[in-house]
Amino acid sequence: MGDTAICIQGLGKRYRLGTVTKAYDTLRDTITEVISRMGKGSAQKSVDKSRYIWALRDLDLSIKQGEVLGIIGRNGAGKSTLLKILSRITSPTKGRVEIKGRVGTLLEVGTGFHPELTGRENIFLNGAILGMTRADIRKKFDEIVAFAEVEKFLDTPIKRYSSGMYVRLAFSVAAHLDPEILIVDEVLAVGDIAFQKKCLGKMGDVASSGRTVLFVSHNIGAITKLCKTALLLDKGSLVISGNTDNVVEQYLKQTEISVAEVSRNVKPESRVGFERIWVTNSKGETSPEIEVNSHFTINILLNVQKKVLNVDISVLIESIRGTKVCFTSLSDLNGGDILPLEPGRRHCKIQIPGRFLIPDTYRLLVEAHVPMVMKEDYCTDLSIAIVDTKATQTYTSDAWQYGCVIGNFKWDMETFSPDSK
Amino acid sequence: MSTDRAESTAKTLVIQPPKGWIGLDIGELWAYRELLFFLIVRDIKVKYKQTFLGIAWAVLQPLTYTIVFSLFFGRLAKIPSEGQPYGLFSFTALILWTYFQTALNFTSTSLVSNNQLISKIYFPRLLLPTGASLAALVDLLITLALLMIILPIYGVPITLRLLWALPFIVLAVLTALGAGMFLSAINVKYRDVQYTMPFLAQLWLFLSPVVYPSSMVPEGLRFLYGLNPMVAVIEGFKWAVLPDMNFPSVPMMTISATIILSLFVGGAYYFRRMEKEFADVV
Repeated sequence: MGDTAICIQGLGKRYRLGTVTKAYDTLRDTITEVISRMGKGSAQKSVDKSRYIWALRDLDLSIKQGEVLGIIGRNGAGKSTLLKILSRITSPTKGRVEIKGRVGTLLEVGTGFHPELTGRENIFLNGAILGMTRADIRKKFDEIVAFAEVEKFLDTPIKRYSSGMYVRLAFSVAAHLDPEILIVDEVLAVGDIAFQKKCLGKMGDVASSGRTVLFVSHNIGAITKLCKTALLLDKGSLVISGNTDNVVEQYLKQTEISVAEVSRNVKPESRVGFERIWVTNSKGETSPEIEVNSHFTINILLNVQKKVLNVDISVLIESIRGTKVCFTSLSDLNGGDILPLEPGRRHCKIQIPGRFLIPDTYRLLVEAHVPMVMKEDYCTDLSIAIVDTKATQTYTSDAWQYGCVIGNFKWDMETFSPDSK
Repeated sequence: MSTDRAESTAKTLVIQPPKGWIGLDIGELWAYRELLFFLIVRDIKVKYKQTFLGIAWAVLQPLTYTIVFSLFFGRLAKIPSEGQPYGLFSFTALILWTYFQTALNFTSTSLVSNNQLISKIYFPRLLLPTGASLAALVDLLITLALLMIILPIYGVPITLRLLWALPFIVLAVLTALGAGMFLSAINVKYRDVQYTMPFLAQLWLFLSPVVYPSSMVPEGLRFLYGLNPMVAVIEGFKWAVLPDMNFPSVPMMTISATIILSLFVGGAYYFRRMEKEFADVV
């Protein structure tokens, strides 16, 4: 009777690059490929290696029963691949995993929801997909409905639901899943802040009830709050595991590399997405390092694919230590009311003044969202370093200890005389 | 509840790279039977949502085909119908054919249209084509009900003999599912399949005894013709439903049954073999 819930040995997963970048092959591609390979003979084999990528390599890990483990790492570190292997969605290329106990997976909220079906029908369908039995769902049905606050709309097709109701219902079903081992991906990222709080609360309940939880998140605050232990992945390999504080510290060191430009593909189905986000300094050059005294600009190349009335674009500046500094959004342009966006590409520029942020590394969280309801697109990859190149003595290397922003206030000093007011 | 948990805790799940041919794991399929049920219910409920004609669509297709075929093949081309009224002859064949075509189409796209599910959650993937082939049976039930109305009109009494149609319906399901398991697995990687489907179905229709009796096929080609499993299925179905028809020859029946069985078993194993890649490729 060992108390190990999950034992991972030498786990590796290799992807073919083609399958990652291309949506799918056509028969013609394969035929031409096979023919060209035949022509070149076996020499091709060595070249082929470069077309593979190890998303996860040689991972050894043992997770105790009741352990709440946070998994962190930058994009492409292999976090999601690990979760997908553990939940049997994809199979490993190498290694072995032993799992004791029923596994519940939550990689996405509302998996399998069908817009044409009613709330009631979707609860049963989604519950069955998540692995609940019909008896289980029936027993928890009232609880699920009450938690989601959708009593009145149970027999309405969910395509008529507001986005908020949809997300609430989806999360509610998932929250009532009762597995021994819970695997959760960044599902919290889909909702607004109130929703995220509700999720975190529920996650906390699950964690404290003695179940084994594996939790992936970019939200370092959530990880430190929920998990006693954590592991850090980078480029598919384990960097460090153990006490959450140590792991987080390591992660922060690693992420202190600034990224001034992010280009991405907008998904064809999304209404609004970011094509490119980049930071320019006061001279207009793209740069991740900004002089503390000069202003800089956050540029967002927005692709509106469908007309939207309720989507706002916002930027949250957060220090690498997790302190939120400030928030600004496109609706500020319009006195707080959201501007309707017509289809087309737009360039948004947000100018941040000099002598505002204290020298430190900051993350820029850019979001296109329906406020308090859902995210259309978001990007958490951008980070900049505010540096003090002139070495003004006020801002030492640990300037962050003095707050987040520079107290740019007017000081006066004059000789005090008892007569003056 | 607690005993249940203790039991499942004792069970250890091992995840390893899959090698070679994988067993079907019928036990696991059985454990997921409720999900299969919900997937079928979903497909049925969703199919005619927000349509004006609703389930009438199920009837419309075989009915219009019957009218068109009766006109062109029955009246103009004077194709024989083994002593049956041509309309009844072709309608009977068409309802089973329509099921087959719908099921084949539905099954072969079942993985791609459920790609969200496949990439986000684990369940035995075989449930998807299986569910699709079974969900299509609802249309068949509706058209069969219509057949029960039409038969007396043509003076054919409704007797227990009609139950002989059941084994042929089962064979049609197995054929659609067998071919569907191959096609759906290929379609995950090569979307060419879904573009080929309408064309393939059309071709297959004319290679099956739907608009003409198989007796029209020259004796020498019968064996080759019998390699199409739907020949025996449709001939058998017509024999069960219509009076005074000849039972399909035993050799032809044996060939067809063997082909259907190999298609089914082969399809299932091929599907299981390709399954490990689905989530990465779909």
